[in-house]
Amino acid sequence: MASFTVGIVVFPGSNCDRDVSWALEGCLDIKTKFLWHESSDLKDVDSIVLPGGFSYGDYLRCGAIARFSPLINSLHDFVKSGRRVLGICNGFQILTESGFLPGALVANKNLNFICDDVDLNVITSKGGWFQKLDKKQYIKLPIAHGEGRYHCDQDTLKRLIDNDLIALKYKNNPNGSTSDIAGITNEKGNVLGLMPHPERACDESIGGIDGLYTLKSLLT
Amino acid sequence: MDKFEVKVFIRLRPSVLDPAGEAIKSASSKIGVEGIKSLRIGKMIEVKIEGNKEDEIKEKIDLLCDRLFANTVIEDYEYSINKL
Repeated sequence: MASFTVGIVVFPGSNCDRDVSWALEGCLDIKTKFLWHESSDLKDVDSIVLPGGFSYGDYLRCGAIARFSPLINSLHDFVKSGRRVLGICNGFQILTESGFLPGALVANKNLNFICDDVDLNVITSKGGWFQKLDKKQYIKLPIAHGEGRYHCDQDTLKRLIDNDLIALKYKNNPNGSTSDIAGITNEKGNVLGLMPHPERACDESIGGIDGLYTLKSLLT
Repeated sequence: MDKFEVKVFIRLRPSVLDPAGEAIKSASSKIGVEGIKSLRIGKMIEVKIEGNKEDEIKEKIDLLCDRLFANTVIEDYEYSINKL
């Protein structure tokens, strides 16, 4: 049997694809495979990461053009099958633009590109993307974005709360996100989108290991 | 076949904060222009397109707006069509 393989999607303008591969292969010994966005063949991969970056130069809106790639088109069946998809930063933006997750990501309230480590509250255990050690859990992950302000209407927010779909909240909201939201999951829990970068927190030598659990959970 | 020019205007929905618009509003007062109550930034897309009827063009532009030009979670759009 072939070993578990995580597909990492590469769009023109992706720039965290290699970081994700380094974190998975180097820190967790998980096999990865780069998937060019024009390919629609997902049969060799068991879960998928949409990495950060600036797909298609963020033209029009972040993630707006990437959603029309053949790979994103075939992602619908992949998600339906229950396999896991993790969208990080630009990957989260692509997941909202494509309708896999509700809401949208817009320009930070203070208009700055924010590059910082942030404290996050883990809210849901849905999908098992985060380790729940006790009732309340805090993790620290890096963020690096100019358009990371999560926006949704009141009905959507109610649905997120009622169905326990809010994955992460900022302790000190850096970008003006609705209800401090930093990451959400779909109803099934097999799709997670988040603005923070777990792949940049996978080794003590680069400042922390709070991202390891989320990447490791791609295996489940 | 006729030629048409379409101008599509895309605006952030009123409920979505526009910090860039706020920054420009503040800069406007710095050059002495007072009285601006609201300033919001949108996008304008010009399309030249061929077709037989205006209704057919409208159908295509609606599709483009709904699926690509605008994200209707955060944006509204309107457009005008002129036969060239």
